Order: sequence, then C-alpha cells, then structure tokens
Amino acid sequence: MSAYLITIATLIAIYAIVVCGLNVIVGFAGQISLGHAAFFGIGAYSAALLATKGGLSFWTALPCVIAVSAFIGLLLGLPSLRVKADFLAITTIGINFIVEALFLYVPFFGGALGIGGIPRVMFFGIKLKGLAFFYLCLFFLVVVILICWWFRRSWAGLACFALREEESAAASMGISPVRFKLLAFVIGTGMAGLGGALYAHYIRFIAATDFAFPVSILFLSMVVLGGMGTLWGPVLGALILGALPEIFRPLVDYRFLFYMVLLLIMIRFQPGGLLGERSAVRRVLASIIPGAHQ
Amino acid sequence: MLLDAHELHISYGDIRAVNGVSFDLQEGELVSIIGANGAGKSSILNGIMGIVPLRKGSIHFDTDEITSLATHQRAKAGIRMVPERARVFPRLTVYENLMAGAYGLRKRIKIAKQIAWLHDLFPILKERNNQPANTLSGGEQQQLSIARALISEPKLLLVDEVSMGLMPKLVDQVFEVLKQLNRDHGLSILVVEQNAMASLKISHRAYVLETGTCVHEGRASELLEDPKVKEVYLGH
Ligand SMILES: Nc1ncnc2c1ncn2[C@@H]1O[C@H](COP(=O)(O)OP(=O)(O)O)[C@@H](O)[C@H]1O
Ligand SMILES: [Mg+2]
Repeated sequence: MSAYLITIATLIAIYAIVVCGLNVIVGFAGQISLGHAAFFGIGAYSAALLATKGGLSFWTALPCVIAVSAFIGLLLGLPSLRVKADFLAITTIGINFIVEALFLYVPFFGGALGIGGIPRVMFFGIKLKGLAFFYLCLFFLVVVILICWWFRRSWAGLACFALREEESAAASMGISPVRFKLLAFVIGTGMAGLGGALYAHYIRFIAATDFAFPVSILFLSMVVLGGMGTLWGPVLGALILGALPEIFRPLVDYRFLFYMVLLLIMIRFQPGGLLGERSAVRRVLASIIPGAHQ
Repeated sequence: MLLDAHELHISYGDIRAVNGVSFDLQEGELVSIIGANGAGKSSILNGIMGIVPLRKGSIHFDTDEITSLATHQRAKAGIRMVPERARVFPRLTVYENLMAGAYGLRKRIKIAKQIAWLHDLFPILKERNNQPANTLSGGEQQQLSIARALISEPKLLLVDEVSMGLMPKLVDQVFEVLKQLNRDHGLSILVVEQNAMASLKISHRAYVLETGTCVHEGRASELLEDPKVKEVYLGH
C-alpha cells in the first residue's frame, strides 16, 4: 500500500470509530447530536495534553482520555433528558461551538497554535507509524464494533431501542429514560474520545478547527448515509465520505455544502440509510449473502 | 384497596382535562371508566402511569403513595398500561416488543413460560414472531400491546380504548380476553372506553365521565339499566 492510501485508510478507520459512537447516541438511543466533533476534540486534546505536558504514554493515558470524554459526555447528555429533539439539536451545536472556543482561546489548550509535538504511539518499544498504526486503529475499530454488536443484543440495547421508538410506552414498562439516554451518551462520547486520542497521536499536531461544527455535520452525514442504528452503517458511511473528498479533490471547498445536501437527500429518500431496513443495498446484499442481517 | 385515586386534576396549559375525579379499584376487580371522546379518559390513565403530571390529587397503589414516582418506577411497582393506539415499538420485531415488556424481570418471571402462554392467548403473535411490529394490522398491534403488558405479570392492568379502530368482531374477542384474564387469572383491570356497552358488559363497576368530571358511578349491571346512561351512552 502506498503511504497516501495508508493515510486515507487510517483516517477512515479513526472516523469509523468516532461515528460508531455517534450511532450509539443517534441510531440506538434516538437522541439527536450535532456536536459530536466536540467529544472527538475532547479526546484528542486530553490525549495530547497528557502526552506532551503530562509525559504519559498513549497506553497509560488512554483510559483517562476515554473516561474524561465519557464523563463530559454524561454531563452534556443531561440536557437530552429535559429538552425536545429540535432543542437538543441546537443545544449540541452550542456545545460544539463552546468547546471549540475553549480550545481556541484558553492558553492552556495551546490557543490558536494548537498543540504540537505529540509523540507517536509506542508498542513494546516500537514506534507505530504507517501500516502498523493503521493496524492499531483497525484493532480499536474491531473492539468498538464488537461493543456495538454486543450492545444491540443486550437488555440495555433493547431498552434503548424501545425508548427510541416510543418513549412513554417504554417508560411504562419500567425502562428508565434517564438511565439509558445517559448510558448511550457515555458509550458514544467515550468512543469519540478513543477516536480523538488515535487522531492526536497520528496527526501529532492538533488545532481547534479540526473539531469545528462542520466536522460534526460530516460525522452525522456518515451515520445517516450508512444507516442509523445498524451495525455496519457507520463504517460504510465513514468509508464512502472519507474516500470521496480524496477522489473529488477539486471540489474540496464545497464539501460541507455537499454533506448538507446529502443529509437532506438521504433523510428525504432513504431515511434508513444505505444499510437500513428495506434499503436497496440491503436487498442486494441479502440476495448475495443469505442471512446477512446486520 | 389496590388503586385509590383521589381528586385528580390534570391540565394542559389552560385546558382543564380532568377536574377532581376520584375512583378506586379493589384487588381482583374489573372497573371501567366510560365517557365520550375528549372526556379525559386517556388523561386519567396517563396520570396514573405518571406520563402526564397531576395538577392536584393523589394516587395510592397497594397502600403506597405513588403520586411523586416517575413512570418507570410506577411500572416497577406492578402497573402496566395498554396505551391508546397500542403504541407498539414499530421497528422492533414482535418478539423484541414482548421482551421489552419483560425488561428488568428476568429473575422474577419465567420469560419462556410467559411467552408460551401469550402465544396460546394470541396465536397470531407466534406466527408474526420475527416481523417488525409496524407490519401488523391494527388489531394485531392491540393484541401485541396487551401481550407486552401481560408478560410482566402485572398487579394492575390499565387499558386505554382497545376497541378504537377495531372491527366489531375483534372488539368482542379482545373484551372476552380481558374478562377471562380477570375472572380466571384474578388480574385487576381498569378499562377506559368510549364503547360503553362492550366495557360495561365485562365490568364489575364503572364510572361515567363527562368533560373531566365523574357524573355517575355504580355497579356495571345497574348502569346498563340506568335510563340516563342508556340514553347517552348506549344509544337507546
Ligand atoms: N397533550 C395534550 N395537549 C393539550 N390538550 C390535550 C392533550 N391531551 C389531551 N388534551 C385535551 O384534554 C381533553 C381530554 O383528552 P383525553 O384525555 O385524551 O380524552 P379521551 O381519552 O377521553 O378522549 C381534551 O379536550 C383534549 O383535547
Ligand atoms: Mg383517549
């Protein structure tokens, strides 16, 4: 594989991890989030700070990074308990702008210069770069997919699905809306934090704009395109939208316009996403691979 | 007393949907609240379940006051509701809908045995086991909604207008099932209905609701004979 291809593949794997997390919030629990990039950023910034200022290795820092992202996700998930969907959309956009502004204007976070000099990930004394780092990302992607797979089959997953479909009916069978919405936010933002840590140690120089609002739109487009609430949808969405800009380089300036239009088209014509129930892709897949359910 | 609702008031903004309605239900009883469209029947059930807040009033269940509990806590206390228009989980399969009803009860009930019993009661659910619930007909969704509530072995079942939108034959069937559950299994049931005739026929007692206030109450057999009730609700 050429270095260029490896770079794209690595970024796609990282996006896929982050977007799987968004899928837990949006697809499994039915909570709209337009600020997921904030948690990607919180993961990246805490990994960068722990590595550069704290001198911790990627591996020792990782549990902290995930915990910090998930904890902030828990706090910011609290509005979802009170407000209706349209208001939650606005709230999460607000969170994204606030987090970006903090990264940009608080000197501790490196200000406009961002944070540089983030070390590479070490694994038994070897610096992971190129293909090796791609495999590391792939490993974490597999872990994340396994967690999602398990979650979909668990009681907690069923509780989330039931809340997504009919909240008051679910509550009237003993399912606590508070507990499961927050659980979804914790899992989803924890995954975003993991992706952020990988991103920071891969790019090795991060700045606030990497985690701006348009990035959240990109993530949401990936989920919607691939199929909200499916297992593989987020991966497919990350693959397609991660590869497209590379293929259409000249159009790069119009990319977010493209994502917005794509979002609207998908929601209008194929709301289940490419891998959603009864979608065209799903029908083709089902005819090729018998028993392809997820 | 299994359920004791005292002076319930429910408002939506300026709209006063329920104005000081009191009623009760003994263990093993089947009680109806009948009233026209908009009388406040659904509001009362939603108030008992904690889905809409009470402006005033108190609710006791099994001697405990539940007025300030959240919906899911009331469910855990043993109340289950068959909501208006069934409210099944549309994209979940029939089986998943039933399992959601058994959420958190894995240790307390034998889920497999319950499902087998429910399949006996509503054979169509067995046939449709792996179909998404939104592919079911209205009547089938009502049956699923009842089964989803029953799987938990509730102490009290609240039923909101199961007759709505069903063919007359199906209405009789569903009411027959409710009667059986009450008479043979001792299940306590509170039914709210616009279809006064069908629900009075299976009830022990009933309350008649008019625009948010209770205007009659009594034994169902007496209400069936009451000339005023006959005129307004039974179309004689
Ligand atoms: N969510 C709501 N918002 C505003 N008004 C409502 C709402 N739900 C019910 N109402 C009003 O409250 C009254 C009682 O409604 P409801 O309890 O649904 O009656 P029923 O179930 O007997 O038909 C009606 O006037 C209805 O318009
Ligand atoms: Mg009603």
